[in-house]
Amino acid sequence: MAEIIVVTSGKGGVGKTTTSASIACGLARRGKRVAVIDFDIGLRNLDLIMGCERRVVYDFVNVIQGDCGLKQALIKDKRLDTLYVLAASQTRDKDALTSEGVRSVLDALAAEGFEYIVCDSPAGIEKGAHLAMYFADRAVVVVNPEVSSVRDSDRILGLLASKTLRAEQGNGGVKEHLLLTRYNPRRVATGEMMSVGDVKEILGLDVVGVVPESPDVLSASNAGVPVILNGESDASRAYEDAVARLLGEVVPLRFVDEPKSGFFARLFGG
Amino acid sequence: MGLLALFRKTPSSANVARERLRIIVAQERNARGNPDYLPLLRRELLEVIHKYVNVDPSAVQVNLEFEDGHEVLELSVALPESKRGR
Repeated sequence: MAEIIVVTSGKGGVGKTTTSASIACGLARRGKRVAVIDFDIGLRNLDLIMGCERRVVYDFVNVIQGDCGLKQALIKDKRLDTLYVLAASQTRDKDALTSEGVRSVLDALAAEGFEYIVCDSPAGIEKGAHLAMYFADRAVVVVNPEVSSVRDSDRILGLLASKTLRAEQGNGGVKEHLLLTRYNPRRVATGEMMSVGDVKEILGLDVVGVVPESPDVLSASNAGVPVILNGESDASRAYEDAVARLLGEVVPLRFVDEPKSGFFARLFGG
Repeated sequence: MGLLALFRKTPSSANVARERLRIIVAQERNARGNPDYLPLLRRELLEVIHKYVNVDPSAVQVNLEFEDGHEVLELSVALPESKRGR
């Protein structure tokens, strides 16, 4: 049985696609068979972050509408053998995505032997976001330590608890995880940014990862190489830890404390 | 935090953010699952009541409660100080 993980947030620009790409790569690097699907119909982006934009021939909506087979639309990753990407359609037709269509694609992926299906949700709470979460077993809620992102995430938590198949069936609901991105330990230390603890307490969620703000995230998207594959980077290590926690490993949080500064720097608040 | 920070009197902006979020998130969680018409119902009730009594907008509370398997629409209006009994 495939486990369906939705990466969602409500607010745009917080790092959903970056997170989807890195989690999918992290799982595949551990030998899992993974498919990652872009649900942002009309605004295809996951392919760019994964670096496979020039190999998109068929997309998610083509499969749903029967224009091609599932295998024709799945793009095999060039770095990891067990990883496949299903790109979003660029159609402007908002009704292209249907509940039955999404279900049939997810069922077909499970039948193909995929162990994890990562659904990259669009921002907002419209149809694409709704369908990305509807069939999920687990949700990774991506949050920036910033007021509008936290509030929007709480809205999403409300939807996960009511508008999903698991919630409707009443079998424990969707398992929710908090993943903080753009975390800046220095600004947390000076009281300019909410801490992991603050956000965790407000939303009442388990923390699956804290990704520090890092220039490597932009370089990674520039290059089309998911940041988790840049082993030198703190962001990469933080995503690797998050993947381990998703798989049930107990890993202490890293990159949440300010790097130690010298005596004079501390004295003068440097 | 540096020595200079000790002399700052104002609460940190992170603390302000946390307190604002605590309040709004609690409020929105309470309203979650309520029918969409509640805010409109509240506003219209307020207009009607206003024709007869000069009440404060915050004095009208409309809540949906669950009691013994029934949904109960609870309406509470706090009237201003009455002049009765004089």
